[in-house]
Amino acid sequence: MTVRITTEDFDAGREIAALRANDRRVGAVASFIGTVRDVNEGESVSAMTLEHYPGMTEKALHAIVEEARTRFDILDALVVHRVGHLAPADQIVLVAVTSAHRGDAFDACRFIMDYLKTRAPFWKREATPAGARWVDTRVSDDEAAARWESEP
Amino acid sequence: MPDSSHAAVGVTIDLVYLARLREAFGRGSERVTLAAGSSVGALLEELRARGEPWSRELAPGRAFRVAVNHDIAGLDATLGDGDEVALLPPVTGG
Repeated sequence: MTVRITTEDFDAGREIAALRANDRRVGAVASFIGTVRDVNEGESVSAMTLEHYPGMTEKALHAIVEEARTRFDILDALVVHRVGHLAPADQIVLVAVTSAHRGDAFDACRFIMDYLKTRAPFWKREATPAGARWVDTRVSDDEAAARWESEP
Repeated sequence: MPDSSHAAVGVTIDLVYLARLREAFGRGSERVTLAAGSSVGALLEELRARGEPWSRELAPGRAFRVAVNHDIAGLDATLGDGDEVALLPPVTGG
């Protein structure tokens, strides 16, 4: 289980290859990549700064991955999240999960992402024509995370 | 006299403000001394009593969370000497 916060870009292919390297139990790899859109809430976005709370971020992400491990039958998981200055089309986050079968890999990947969105201390600040603004939380993110509370 | 030395000792905590709250308060951190046994709720009351912008940003019903030593904590959590207490706006990562 690996969690990494970085200002550098990542190579998803290389990360996934390392995650499943030499593990013959793996029959499924599910991954998700989040990227910077050039439009948010009706405003064009020219740049973004991602801030986090060092120390708590790593702790929160490890707790989320551990929770995924108790809920799903997975072999390994990786979370890479970038911070600092980003531009539209840049990669922000990578979540990858290995499992014997696809069901647990898909579910665990989605679970980690949904919990990350609502529990990991990251904040986005966007540069728009109207000035810089902190991104607002989405109700849909809370709903996505809450979905896992009611399911076994 | 047993225990008399424990009376009325304050606790000093390190407050950390993140993202929008850091901007609103014009600082990223500060050291605050509270009465011994103070809770997270008591800390928030003390901060609100400073007036604007504290009273507005930390008003009951505003969306923010409190973390004590990197774990989300409730209003009734008791603060200890040397605790790192962070005020977090709603998170927007991913």
